[in-house]
Amino acid sequence: MVKRIIAKQENCMGCGLCEVFCTVQHSKSKDIIKAYNSERPKPISRVRVERNKPVSFAIQCRHCEDAPCVNACLSGAMRKDPKTGQVTHDPQKCMGCWTCVMVCPYGAIIMDREGHVVAKCDLCQGFDSPACVANCPNEALVFKEAKA
Amino acid sequence: MAKYVIVGASAAGIGAVEAIREVDPVGTLTVITDEACSHYSRPMISDFVSGKADLKKVDCRHEDFWKENNVEALLGKKVTAIKFEEKAVQLESGEKIPYEKLLIATGGKPFVPKMEGSDKEGVFTFTTLKDAQVIAAKIASINAKSAVVIGGGLIGISVTEALVKRGLKVTMIELQDKILSLLLDPKGSDIVEAVVRKAGVNIITGQSVQKIIGKPDNENTVGGVILTKGDQVPCDLVVVAIGVIPRTELVTGTAVKTNRGIVVDNMMQTNVPDVYASGDVAEAYDFVLNQNRLLPLWPLAVLEGQVAGCNMAGKKSTYSGGTNMSSLKYFGIPVVSVGLANPKDDPTLEVLTKIDPEHNVYKKLVLKNNVILGMTLVNSIERAGILFYLMKNSMNVKKFKEQLLADDFSWASFPVTLQRKMSVVQ
Repeated sequence: MVKRIIAKQENCMGCGLCEVFCTVQHSKSKDIIKAYNSERPKPISRVRVERNKPVSFAIQCRHCEDAPCVNACLSGAMRKDPKTGQVTHDPQKCMGCWTCVMVCPYGAIIMDREGHVVAKCDLCQGFDSPACVANCPNEALVFKEAKA
Repeated sequence: MAKYVIVGASAAGIGAVEAIREVDPVGTLTVITDEACSHYSRPMISDFVSGKADLKKVDCRHEDFWKENNVEALLGKKVTAIKFEEKAVQLESGEKIPYEKLLIATGGKPFVPKMEGSDKEGVFTFTTLKDAQVIAAKIASINAKSAVVIGGGLIGISVTEALVKRGLKVTMIELQDKILSLLLDPKGSDIVEAVVRKAGVNIITGQSVQKIIGKPDNENTVGGVILTKGDQVPCDLVVVAIGVIPRTELVTGTAVKTNRGIVVDNMMQTNVPDVYASGDVAEAYDFVLNQNRLLPLWPLAVLEGQVAGCNMAGKKSTYSGGTNMSSLKYFGIPVVSVGLANPKDDPTLEVLTKIDPEHNVYKKLVLKNNVILGMTLVNSIERAGILFYLMKNSMNVKKFKEQLLADDFSWASFPVTLQRKMSVVQ
């Protein structure tokens, strides 16, 4: 089964640090000051804290079994990796048509309007734990095998 | 002899190939297309014209797609007839290819209304990569400065943007009173129209072209158009971008039942055994209107092809349906429209709207009995997918109706039981 990031709603304080660490992780410089102030194209967080007071939790791509974004993708940028089951996105192939945004049931695809492409969670490939999970101060995000 | 034969190699054909190979990795599979290029993204041909995408980028799979899927691809070959009694398709060369299961995925062809002068040099349609290549080459060779685009719908706006990016002065001519009238209500259309005009496009609505005229020094080359009310618009090119009609020629006069397109059931089967149809040529299920109809849209064609492919390979699959649904990226103003955009006055319908003129934002939902039947989002579309999920699953939204159009509408607005069911939270 695919490992997914699941939120523990009762632990989430809505601090938004997951967004900060995701942004830095996906920046070229990996430097928080540069990532936020000067880097172009602007790095984008692929996780978003959803808030509906008093409830808050972070949400990112669920790597759906039968992923609507993959089926709907007009350019072939969004693909399902047959080996890992993860949904991958190739910004070089992306045409920024927003069709995946129209059909993602989680609203988890982020529009990069400056870059005319979308961005989404890649589970921080090459790292043991995604940056949002590793840096959540209250362990409100867990990385584990789960259905979606 | 091929176990599976697919006529057409675009969205529906690709979806079918991938689905067949998931179920049956070895059964012989032949794909036939009259196009020289295949598995390219049709919606991306405007990016090819604008110069944003090259041939490699418009390929929506990859070079070895046919090989990797163990497909015999007959490119640039025309199927001239289908012999249903013999279970074989016949090529222009006379060669017959027998099938066990057949998918007709021939797509659509551009609709070109009768206009005097439409045979002049410089009149184009806009549905294939070849069209895009020919237009791009023409612009370069004659150093074209201006164009008339006939049609203010999805194809019209895509080609208009591409031509503007190439530096042409474009006049868009739309027969309806508003552009994008199948996707937007008048308010939404006005917002987009203002943005398109600001980009330098001349938009003329409520008229069509009655005649294409030649250049003063060369009658056979496009020099302009005359509109129905008599106005004349000079131009170097004319692109007819009104829409597509199903390519049903292969089944005309056969046992295959057609309406406007090929009639299929929810397994994408036609009335003839072992014959399936998908994509722009077929009339598939619309979950909003609760009826089958033509919906020539790329993502739906892929899904329909997948359903057909599964069933052809012996794994039962049913099509859950699509609806009129498009997202637009053109002229920097994102738009999503799904289902009913512009319903007639109906007391059983409830309409929710939110407008922010300063930011060009317009949102509208059409509901019936607390179920969403239509959504239009202009310049604020990031939450579209969540609304689409509610729509597609006919979910009752009564409990969170007030939040649906809020900027921070999200999964946090939903009951925790639903959040858990969808593995959003533990």
